Amino acid sequence: MGTRNVLWNLANKYFTFGLIGLTVSDRYASIVPVRGASMSPTFNPQASNFTDDYVLVEKFCLEKYKFSHGDVVVFRSPSNHKEKYVKRIIGLPGDWIGTTHNSYDVLKIPEGHCWLEGDNSASSKDSRSLGPIPLGLVQGRVTHIVWPPQRIGAVERSYPQERVSSP
Amino acid sequence: MRLVNYMRQWRSVAKEALDRTAIVAKFLCLLHVTNNYLCSPTLVYGPSMLPTLNLTGDVLLTEHLSPRLGKVGSGDVVLVRSPVDPRKTLTKRVVGMEGDRVTFFVDPLHTDRCQSAVVPKGHVWIQGDNMYASSDSRHFGPVPYGLIQGKVFFRVWPPNGFGLLEQ
Repeated sequence: MGTRNVLWNLANKYFTFGLIGLTVSDRYASIVPVRGASMSPTFNPQASNFTDDYVLVEKFCLEKYKFSHGDVVVFRSPSNHKEKYVKRIIGLPGDWIGTTHNSYDVLKIPEGHCWLEGDNSASSKDSRSLGPIPLGLVQGRVTHIVWPPQRIGAVERSYPQERVSSP
Repeated sequence: MRLVNYMRQWRSVAKEALDRTAIVAKFLCLLHVTNNYLCSPTLVYGPSMLPTLNLTGDVLLTEHLSPRLGKVGSGDVVLVRSPVDPRKTLTKRVVGMEGDRVTFFVDPLHTDRCQSAVVPKGHVWIQGDNMYASSDSRHFGPVPYGLIQGKVFFRVWPPNGFGLLEQ
């Protein structure tokens, strides 16, 4: 009888912590690992390391879906809803963007979409192959790196301003 | 002596207030998890799903397990985050899954013209049941599966429409 009570209490406590943890990570902020080298040197600057960077993702931006140029966001892939990627917003709805660095291809980003690119353009699957991505797929904004300790700090907002022209 | 009494009373009141707040917080977390991962009620309105759904508003129950497990298929009525404005949610029917070829009337009010398209990987083709007054995939193209928020399975209001939605 005593052990059943103890087990029940333990299960209750774990269940409650699980619910609270899930709610906080869905509504406010969560910590996620970043895999791959598509955002070098911002995240994972040494590709062959066994440890990934851990970053803080905030969810307050999902109230109004108001983003700025240069924000790093987590989003679901449009070609596979189970995968999530981390890339930087280069263009917002209504911008004219030059799709590749040295060509004259210019594209207008439709309403409700954005142009995402990885900082390491050599190996990054992003809007240059997937096209403009609906903002509804964005799951959160990366604000800080929390691991490894020597690179703890805020994530800078920077983007190639010469390729984007905003209204 | 009276001060000690006051402190004791204040401490017990504070403890009770904290306990009650904890119960309310746990309840709100349970509500959030149920609304986002299990089942939630939604008020939908608009002419684009006549005659299945009313013009002036229906309260529908949507379940959120099917999209996460990949079980949404052709013929389901789903809640979808709009690719044109991520703050809005649309209610439409899934007409084609990835790989399907869909044939649709381009502008049924003015012409009989039909067009055909193949749905790319990871996307779905959504159309409103009332094709004369619906802005859907015929206008903004196939939408990524990741934008699907939930599958509608039950109508709660108005009372004469109470019950499962017919296929």
